[in-house]
Amino acid sequence: MDAARRSEPAPVKNPTTVERKSEREFVVTRTFDAPARLVYEAWTKPELLKQWWAPKSMGMSLLSCEADVRVGGGYRLVFGLEGSKTMAFFGKYLEVTPNSRLVWTNDEGEGGPAVTTLTFEEKGGKTLLVLHERHPSKEATDEGIGFGEGLREMFGQLDELLVTLPAAR
Amino acid sequence: MVQHDSARLDASFAALSDATRRGVLEQLGRADASITDLAERFRMTLTGIKKHVGVLEQAGLVTTEKVGRVRTCKLGPRRLEEETAWIERHRQLWDARFDALDKVVEQLKQKEKTNGRSKKK
Repeated sequence: MDAARRSEPAPVKNPTTVERKSEREFVVTRTFDAPARLVYEAWTKPELLKQWWAPKSMGMSLLSCEADVRVGGGYRLVFGLEGSKTMAFFGKYLEVTPNSRLVWTNDEGEGGPAVTTLTFEEKGGKTLLVLHERHPSKEATDEGIGFGEGLREMFGQLDELLVTLPAAR
Repeated sequence: MVQHDSARLDASFAALSDATRRGVLEQLGRADASITDLAERFRMTLTGIKKHVGVLEQAGLVTTEKVGRVRTCKLGPRRLEEETAWIERHRQLWDARFDALDKVVEQLKQKEKTNGRSKKK
């Protein structure tokens, strides 16, 4: 640390890009100012995953989060929706290469699993994260990872919220 | 910036690069029309207007349907808007997630520094 700072260093926000590669695939990329092993840790320890997967800013709440990160191991994330409704996302890990690559299935959707491939590329102490998701059909991609009406409502709420938020970061 | 499948975008921009075709889209935005209607309105031959409609159709901006002897044109699925909305929805979610992930990673970094204190720059 080169200067006195408050509790949190003022972050320079790295941009998130989303690209639709085809009717059935999309790719999300983002760089993190940390070595790959730390970013990987945050993806693979349930108690850490829980802290960021359902961002409060999105009006989401995560009721439970289990992740057994090894080949053949399963994960299960349960979100709370409005009222007492819940929505579960689950699947299993197909490939696990520490600090570099994770592949898992998303089994909650109808019409077959979507497959997510996540790679961590470290360069100069920073990590480029590339998330690639392949869906069984165009329809499933349009819906998103089981993003049914519940989440669409949330996005609607978010749109409203974003308008009211000051540009403070 | 939002990125699209480039071939599709090329087709869309090529379709929109012509004043008559933009006029046709504008017209169809108000009401569906037959090829004959459009030919009259734009003072073109049937063959000429068919060509323009064909380009718009290929770009997904217009769809046509032939009923009997009349081919009716209407606005297409407007994929540009839909895709932009789709991408924006996903980007918002991942961006929010990754902002939260930044904080978690920053905590891990601090923890490692405190625990390790071995590496100095």
